[in-house]
Amino acid sequence: MKYNKDFLGGLYKMMVRIRTVEESFVQPILDKKIICPVHLCSGEEAVPVGISASLSKKDFVFGTHRSHGHYLAKGGDMGELVAEIYGKETGCSRGRGGSMHLIDPENGMLGAAPIVGGTISLALGAALASQIRKNKQVSISYFGDGATGEGALSESMNFASLKKLPIIFVCENNLYSTHMHISKMRDNTNNIADLAKPHNIKSYTVDGNDVLKVYETSKEAIEYCREGNGPVFMEFLTYRQRGHVGPDDNIQGTHTDIRPREEINEWLEKDPILRLKKVLLENNFFNNAEINKIHKEVELEVEKAFIFSDNSNKPQIKDLSKYVYK
Amino acid sequence: MSINNRKLTYSLAVNEAIKQMMEIDESVFVIGQGVESPWYVGNTCTGLIEEFGEERVIDTPVSENAITGSAVGAAIAGMKPIVVHPRVDFMLYAFDPIINQAANWYYMNGGRASVPLVIWPIVNRGGEQAAQHSQALHSLFAHIPGLKVIAPSTAYDVKGLLISAIKDPNPVVFIDDRWIYGQESNVPNEIYEIPFGKGTIRNEGNDITLVSFSYMAVEAQKATDELKNKGINVEFIDIRTIKPLDEDIILNSVKKTGKLVIADGSWRTGSFAAEIAAIVAQKAFKYLKAPIERVTLPDIPAPASSELEKAYYINSDNIIEAIKKVVNYK
Repeated sequence: MKYNKDFLGGLYKMMVRIRTVEESFVQPILDKKIICPVHLCSGEEAVPVGISASLSKKDFVFGTHRSHGHYLAKGGDMGELVAEIYGKETGCSRGRGGSMHLIDPENGMLGAAPIVGGTISLALGAALASQIRKNKQVSISYFGDGATGEGALSESMNFASLKKLPIIFVCENNLYSTHMHISKMRDNTNNIADLAKPHNIKSYTVDGNDVLKVYETSKEAIEYCREGNGPVFMEFLTYRQRGHVGPDDNIQGTHTDIRPREEINEWLEKDPILRLKKVLLENNFFNNAEINKIHKEVELEVEKAFIFSDNSNKPQIKDLSKYVYK
Repeated sequence: MSINNRKLTYSLAVNEAIKQMMEIDESVFVIGQGVESPWYVGNTCTGLIEEFGEERVIDTPVSENAITGSAVGAAIAGMKPIVVHPRVDFMLYAFDPIINQAANWYYMNGGRASVPLVIWPIVNRGGEQAAQHSQALHSLFAHIPGLKVIAPSTAYDVKGLLISAIKDPNPVVFIDDRWIYGQESNVPNEIYEIPFGKGTIRNEGNDITLVSFSYMAVEAQKATDELKNKGINVEFIDIRTIKPLDEDIILNSVKKTGKLVIADGSWRTGSFAAEIAAIVAQKAFKYLKAPIERVTLPDIPAPASSELEKAYYINSDNIIEAIKKVVNYK
């Protein structure tokens, strides 16, 4: 095994942090204590965790409506995430954005937005800024398979290729655009990475539930980008274990998750956390007690994050118009 | 040393503002379709590529959405981009990055990241260009919280306002009208700023208040001059920036004259003229001696044929007619 214990433990812990805090939102959502729409990424943690392992604080990330993992993996504070979801003044977006607008500029997480494909060109611009400043910052654009239907992606790939911009287009292909299976929106389910070909952009299709594969390929891609060779397109095959929005798409009493049970079960077996755990145990990096210790530490952190949020104030009505203009 | 009586055309004042700001601030760059083509941007970008290189003066493929988005993203990453669209009509592809992203970014991220961006659509009407090369959409942008909208009408103003726009930490839509490009005025050599939200009284008068901006301010000045010869003293105010709006300068004038005409180059329904009329009706109601008149385009797409264009576009004659109507109101 070419990895050391601390590195693998770090990847494992980060995935567990994302999973544990996300799962802790489920009951409050069902109890209607969390009001803002929350898009859980349970099952998709390996992608941002594997990628962020090769990024520095100065590298840029733009996310989507499903960005809890992008935010935490880039170094975002968990307490500020929970507080944001509860609409608190101490949230990462001061309670003005909610779950779909997570930001942490000090760590290079420059923002997230739910307009499908809407942040791709923003990441393109961050890459352009890096090229003009000649400081080798790499820009990561996260988007889902649904965004491959947007013209902004094609426009952005062309411009990135033309100018050799340091951007990585990261498609988290979880097979569904909200309710719609990919077979209903694309002619061929296997060709997302091929979108990069006519733009002469280097591309990969990677098992997005294998954090080590994600790490290895994205490390290569990030170095390629950083050295000024131009953009890279990466498609990660993954699956969300929860609904499009909320725990199971149970909206107003109607179960709207139309995905087949067998398909969901099949992907639950490919859970990225369980897979890494297996590697850790089989290679004797960790024993069960040590694994449990990681989980305990994370549970404590999540508990603290909720306490931080509970003890935080809501924004004051007098501040409604604050932040319209700087 | 500044030469304050130097004459410069409006378009060269734009050029000078960009050039001087690029010289003093390395984070300023220009991006957009046709920055190296006078056919697209007149002489506003002349010499920029030669001085600053293609990395900071970027002519782009026809991809309005992504290019505008890239300017927004670069601004979020700390640059000060100027994104140009040679026709405002083409920029409609970019409403997502402008409205959903740039305008909202600072608010929806709780002030954690701002968007110091100049969005520069060029309005280029007439010449039988028909409906998709002719629209004046400032009223649409003024509707959006988070955007500022400037609409200068003179060479002096455009330089000062554009410099303010580049320095502003927010997204600013710079409404630029090709019909003004040849206008000349005194333009100081040095860098100077004109603050947003400060209109200017171009002509003092007691009979009626006339409010305008952008190209229509040129027509408004003509109307003011003509009416002076006919014994009507117009107080003509060029508001210069639509958002923020200098309400006080308008209200104070209406309190004096009791009469108001607004000349706005956009369509009648939902025009910015309607907003000004609403403000005055609410805040200076008791001073009004006549109904407020608006001179706007009719609610019709721009036609191609010159014969129809003559009836469609508004000018000083329409303003004079409206002023006479209000002044003679009984």
